[in-house]
Amino acid sequence: MTRIHDPYAIDGKIAAPDELHDIVIVGAGPAGLGAALEAARAGRQVLLIDEHPVPAVLAGHDVPYWFGARATAALQAPERLIETLVENEPLIADCFEAGVDVRLGTTAWGLWRNREACGALPRAMLGLSDGQKAWTIGYERLVLATGARDCALAFAGWDLHGVMGALAFDTLVRRYDAFAGRRVVILGSGALALDTAHLALEHGIEVAALIEVRDAAQGDAGGLSVLTGHSVLRAEGGIDGVERVIVASADGAEHGIACDTVIMAVDAVPAIELAEVAGASVVTEPLRGGAVIPGGAGEVLPGIWLAGAATGLTGSRAAAEAQGRAVMALALGQEAMLPHISDDFDRMAYRSDWLRALVATSPDTTLVCQCEEVSRADLIGVQPPQYLSRSAHMAGRSLCTLLEDGPPDAEQVKRLTRAGMGPCQGRRCREQVSLLLAMAANLPPKSAPRGNWRVPVRPVPLGVMADWQENAAMRAGWDVWFGIATQWIPYRDIGTEEEARKLATIGGSGHL
Amino acid sequence: MSGHYDVIVIGAGVTGLSSAWWLARDGLRVLVLDKGTVGAEASSRNGGGASHYQSPLFAEEQRLWPMMDDLLGYPTEHQAERVIIATDPHDLDHYHFVADMCDAMGWRVDRIDGQTARAMVPIAGDNCLGGIHFRFGGHANPQRTVQAFAWALQDLGGRILQHCPVLSIERTGGQVCAVTTPQGRFSCGALVVAAGPQIAGLLAPIGIDVPLMAGRAEMIVTEPMPLMQLGGVDGNGLYGRQTLRGNLAFGGGPHEWIETRPEGVRARPTTPLSRGLARRVAELFPKAAHLHVIRSWAGIIENTPDGRPVIDRIDNLVIATMSGVGFGLSPATGHAVRDLVVDGQCSFTDIAKLSLARFAGLAPDWREACGWLSLSAA
Repeated sequence: MTRIHDPYAIDGKIAAPDELHDIVIVGAGPAGLGAALEAARAGRQVLLIDEHPVPAVLAGHDVPYWFGARATAALQAPERLIETLVENEPLIADCFEAGVDVRLGTTAWGLWRNREACGALPRAMLGLSDGQKAWTIGYERLVLATGARDCALAFAGWDLHGVMGALAFDTLVRRYDAFAGRRVVILGSGALALDTAHLALEHGIEVAALIEVRDAAQGDAGGLSVLTGHSVLRAEGGIDGVERVIVASADGAEHGIACDTVIMAVDAVPAIELAEVAGASVVTEPLRGGAVIPGGAGEVLPGIWLAGAATGLTGSRAAAEAQGRAVMALALGQEAMLPHISDDFDRMAYRSDWLRALVATSPDTTLVCQCEEVSRADLIGVQPPQYLSRSAHMAGRSLCTLLEDGPPDAEQVKRLTRAGMGPCQGRRCREQVSLLLAMAANLPPKSAPRGNWRVPVRPVPLGVMADWQENAAMRAGWDVWFGIATQWIPYRDIGTEEEARKLATIGGSGHL
Repeated sequence: MSGHYDVIVIGAGVTGLSSAWWLARDGLRVLVLDKGTVGAEASSRNGGGASHYQSPLFAEEQRLWPMMDDLLGYPTEHQAERVIIATDPHDLDHYHFVADMCDAMGWRVDRIDGQTARAMVPIAGDNCLGGIHFRFGGHANPQRTVQAFAWALQDLGGRILQHCPVLSIERTGGQVCAVTTPQGRFSCGALVVAAGPQIAGLLAPIGIDVPLMAGRAEMIVTEPMPLMQLGGVDGNGLYGRQTLRGNLAFGGGPHEWIETRPEGVRARPTTPLSRGLARRVAELFPKAAHLHVIRSWAGIIENTPDGRPVIDRIDNLVIATMSGVGFGLSPATGHAVRDLVVDGQCSFTDIAKLSLARFAGLAPDWREACGWLSLSAA
């Protein structure tokens, strides 16, 4: 029997990808570079893409890292920045040498597969952009080595210029040569914070202090001195951003530390955006850094492998490179041992300790979501944004009243308060929103509700994302809404001669 | 858990919650049951449009929307009026036909030229040929509205049980008497079924066939920009709105028919159709082409074979499926359902043509005949 075709259904309208590749790797950090070199060594064609250097406008939105407006004007010159990036990462030159197709300044903003509720794609594909145009690519094997994100936790003054994340600092200092600060205070004392301090010192940047809310340093501080048992009261500053940070000891003694930059280096968050939008399930594992893909390194979806910090891996760059190589070997069907990762540090408990300390020292008017200007009080109060009036009824509602209906739902709270709905796509607030909701609902960090990622996983301008070469099938079968002409016939005309006349004119694309 | 309620409503979407709120206003004891959470499906995943002039409920909807914030006690972000602008002469002709249709129904529409359109929609470009300005209709914030109905219902003593799917409907002597859920059996004097795509599966076991097919539709949203005079702007194959925050949220384009299960779908993925939407938004608003797209989303929407709602009463059971136009009409739909439950007929408009009986002779293979088949079944 011939299948009758609904001309306005999506069937056959999504174009095949613009390019097809054997092996595609997203992310040219140590894991991605390791994977690329391993595949090249095996004689395979490899496409390695990386979003760095990122457009200045995105860096200004704190995407993908929390740059805190501490980049120099070097970000405005992307061609020069690409050269700097290549000079600073010898493995990229190795990749060029090995014949890897390396595309820098190329962002993977979408990943689509046929799965439940979607069978429309001719095959799985990535959405890419170089800032000028977008296109799609298909792959036989895809390795996501997407790294990690900064973990931001709010304190008074955290929205000042010069308050930033450890990964942004690492990128500006080590990869871009574009850090605009001179004297930094580092929050945290675990491996990430200590690496940050060493990186600063190697580059002649003064480290004014490392601050730790717990009573002991969380890593081997070596010669570095850590101000333990201290919390941050606030950052203060002026027209150029941060000028000092005020800290307090447990006994309440306050003092100020002069600095131009505060680096939050409590933790980093596995960057699972692409894996999640492709349909991977997400679990919360405190030892792996929170929301992660089950199973860790390896094949997480058919034809899609995960490697490096995106799996929750921490530690040296060499370890990440080795894992990237091992994952690629597995992807190529070879025998390989994934290095065993033993980590018993509860990262979410550590984040929670920091967050509790910062909540205790900051007023509840402190913004949690900078993009949408949502305060901690409004988040927990589930109050609408300031541009809406707040009725007496509204003032009586809060997370507490929502909890009477069921467990906290991060998506619901997000849409009611707008926390996480801004241009940074919730990068600066999702971990703290999640933990704050858990605290308010008396749930352990492991059960913290979380908001999901959506395509595009990086902000992409309309005119760039647009498919300007759209195929004829899409154009011909484009309808506003389901293409059911009878839907739009005025009620009084139903069953009259007038109905037939209007149907003839309205056609499929009914009301608009 | 158990108990008796005057009315049980299955489905905590905007139609079910509006119905429950209207019933609770009458002093009835109302329980709303949902397989998931309040407004988690198409009620909060839509374009927020409130301009369905073709519906017999539209006049009542227009009367109610400006009052809803006060009536509910919570903000809905309702904004009146819409403008539809054309970048293509055929579209403009079509919009003028729509304007004639609205005029004939007594809804005022202004035909506007390109210059006027650009003044109203400053992000429109030189390609704008003019359009039509609805002096009626409008839009609201879907999630905020559905939550407002839920809270207002609770303020009246109504009860909502989330994560509580109805497993079966019990009847005695032709009357619904109870529903069974994993959390217990609840008895009732009347039942309202407003469970979207799940309606068919809920009612088939008691011999009521509601012909429905679910489809997945997609939208994109941009970062905020300064507010325009009117947030409700359509055209170029798109529906959408500028939110009061300033984001542009737009949808349109081909839908995907999907099979749904009683427990609903777990995933609502988007596709590269986002790129087609971005293209049309950039064409419609050339001066906004620089805005970043920051999200996309999909919703699952049920449709009847003629795309028209079913609002009908069978004994003490009321069925309400809005076939893709439920959000905007919701204030009036709840009123109609309340009337059907309490009085047996709608007090403010004729809805006889929305009865289920119109599908009595429908061929069992109607989906195949329309080509409404899921891709996985192809």
